[in-house]
Amino acid sequence: MSETKIMLGNEAIARGAYEAGVKVSSAYPGTPSTEISENIVKYPEIYAEWAPNEKVAMEVAIGASISGVRAMASMKMVGVNVASDPLYTVSYIGANGGLVLAAADDPGLYSSQNEQDSRCVARVAQVPVLEPSDSQEAKDFTKLAFEYSERYDTPVMVRTTTRLAHSQGPVTLEPRQEIPDKPYERSAAKHVMMPVNAKGRHVHVENRLRQMAEDACDFEINKAVYKDTSVGFITSGIPYTYVAEAMPDASVLKLGLVHPLPRKLIEEFASKVDKLYIFEELEPLIEEQVRSWGINCIGKELFTLQGEYSANMIRERVLGMKIETAAPAQVPARPPILCPGCPHRSTFSVLKKLGIHGAGDIGCYTLGAVAPLNVIDTTVCMGASISTLHGMEKAKGKDYIKNWVALIGDSTFLHTGVNSLMNMVYNQSTGTVLILDNSTTGMTGHQDHAATGKMLNGKETKAISLYHLCKAIGVEHVYEVDAFDIDELETVVKREVARDEVSVIIVCAPCALLKSQATRAKCVAIPEKCKKCGMCLVPGCPALTKNEDGTVTIDDTQCNGCGLCMKRCKFDAIERVE
Amino acid sequence: MTTKNIMIVGVGGQGTLLTSRILGGIITKAGYDVKLSEVHGMAQRGGSVVTFVRYGDAVAEPIVEEGQADVLIAFERLEALRYAHFLKKDGVIIVNDQRIDPITVVTGAAQYPENIIENLKKDYNVVDVDAMEEAKKLGNSKVFNTIIVGVAAKRMDFEKSQWLEVIEATVPPKTIEINKAAFEAGYAM
Repeated sequence: MSETKIMLGNEAIARGAYEAGVKVSSAYPGTPSTEISENIVKYPEIYAEWAPNEKVAMEVAIGASISGVRAMASMKMVGVNVASDPLYTVSYIGANGGLVLAAADDPGLYSSQNEQDSRCVARVAQVPVLEPSDSQEAKDFTKLAFEYSERYDTPVMVRTTTRLAHSQGPVTLEPRQEIPDKPYERSAAKHVMMPVNAKGRHVHVENRLRQMAEDACDFEINKAVYKDTSVGFITSGIPYTYVAEAMPDASVLKLGLVHPLPRKLIEEFASKVDKLYIFEELEPLIEEQVRSWGINCIGKELFTLQGEYSANMIRERVLGMKIETAAPAQVPARPPILCPGCPHRSTFSVLKKLGIHGAGDIGCYTLGAVAPLNVIDTTVCMGASISTLHGMEKAKGKDYIKNWVALIGDSTFLHTGVNSLMNMVYNQSTGTVLILDNSTTGMTGHQDHAATGKMLNGKETKAISLYHLCKAIGVEHVYEVDAFDIDELETVVKREVARDEVSVIIVCAPCALLKSQATRAKCVAIPEKCKKCGMCLVPGCPALTKNEDGTVTIDDTQCNGCGLCMKRCKFDAIERVE
Repeated sequence: MTTKNIMIVGVGGQGTLLTSRILGGIITKAGYDVKLSEVHGMAQRGGSVVTFVRYGDAVAEPIVEEGQADVLIAFERLEALRYAHFLKKDGVIIVNDQRIDPITVVTGAAQYPENIIENLKKDYNVVDVDAMEEAKKLGNSKVFNTIIVGVAAKRMDFEKSQWLEVIEATVPPKTIEINKAAFEAGYAM
């Protein structure tokens, strides 16, 4: 009866939630977690939504859990930071219906602003962490997480990394369990975290971790396999697969639960192997605890704190092998860039012309920080563009930011930019904010958000008006400009940056990759009219190349027909054809 | 059997993920254990993208490491050069002879290397094909990646009929016929 399917790790987590009888899922897009929600929504039995940010998503899942159903929130690791406030306290509240946080880390920084280790966040929050090693375990551990959540009265983190989330492997499917809703009983002692109640719950938190740590010594997912006992590895997650690849005959204690640690099991394993290695990416979470028990082991003195691991790392550093391969060819880098037709390129070309610095934010537009645009000066985290600009002004005065703007996307603005804008109005700064409204959450793969008018499940809904939202916050000067109307945009930016009041310019044009934007129009260069001034090339559209004679060729397979190059040409040497 | 290692490399947006789905499909059909590793999220932004495909009796790690690839399928020639050092000494490069300038070349910061394919042929077994040209002959440049699949399939150990079944099950229904024709064209090269 059971079918086996090749699935992405994220798809498998979604399947695990389905099979576990989950009824509510809330999330915010974030690589490498996004596909969890995109797959969960395919199951009609599960209500799945995009929330404006991860704190909201976590709280939605908490509400569902308190009311008695199994619920899940998913996010990338920096999203865990946003969800930290509810996470640390729901750790005390525990779970009624099982409550799981799927957290996706990014060792190797494939697309993130830092390389943090979410297992450490969970440890401080006193939340258990399960760490799968392949797609099958991603499904199985997600199901197990809900069981543990209910058994131990705790939220549970299922922690993945990019390599697992975006790898595919075989998964055996099982039917959905129909879990009856747990009854809800009013209990301020459990649910109202004021000091008198929280004190009592903290005791529960410590007790449950102690109990779980003891029970974990018998969990099937914590498995010691003894082969050659001259070398032993304690490992988990994707790193386990590198050990299995490089040293299949070594003894291995594979941990499926990495917090709390099964101390007795670890002590037993350590006593049976001659040399013990702790093989974990990023932080020495396991290693430090093992050392604190007086167990000799080798960890970060040999293996890196940054980046992904590999089987070759074990071969070189443990086995002392010299890996001889051909040297990589010296070739031009191919970094990600703004797509042909991207409205941000138009906006940035105007800002570049005006010599404007950008306090930037997180999204496709962050790519405005690199050549040839080089407009963005700073990027910290979601929503920080607006608040950091305000901070600069308060530090150095309004004239200091006379040639600065804050740059934030539509989804990012609704995520956490809103509070920063309130701060500017309430605390009287004068800066100019550009909301780059391309009607999507772009970088993560074009998801809807609260201003697009569509939900995760495709249904139409109210679209929040960014214009009216800014007005309601108290910004008097709010203007909407077409991103490709470069003359108007230049005029408005110059005017508003000079104004000694908060201004918001909503720069509108849909993302070039949205299906609604598919177009047959192409720009074509006319070499006879070309004066070789290079104005069309400045914004760095990848569809344009400079020929040896200085004229320009436009690649029609890449050209999106946005017309930016045509507008910049003063000699009518580029035309747009349908 | 020793685990076989395949890499699919190209430029974000060229359709490498569809190719990896087809490969994943045929490997599963043939009854092997398989792991594929992809790049999501940033891939459409014209950056360099890599998919690892490993199959055998029991696959452990999901990545192919330097010097281990049996087959390197490259959708663009600069990417073939970038990842060539992942190949085993007797490995095969199947390269689509297309040039897409990275932004570093567009801005003049770097030069696109000359004679890539000729130079690769000095050190590796190379099968080069102008898949775009062939696809245009079939009437749709978008099926160039299925042509490349056909070229690769000829040099792998699966049944041709199985490939066609997998293609039928994987590509958008309206494109089944043209994709099959593209595969056949590649297979015949």
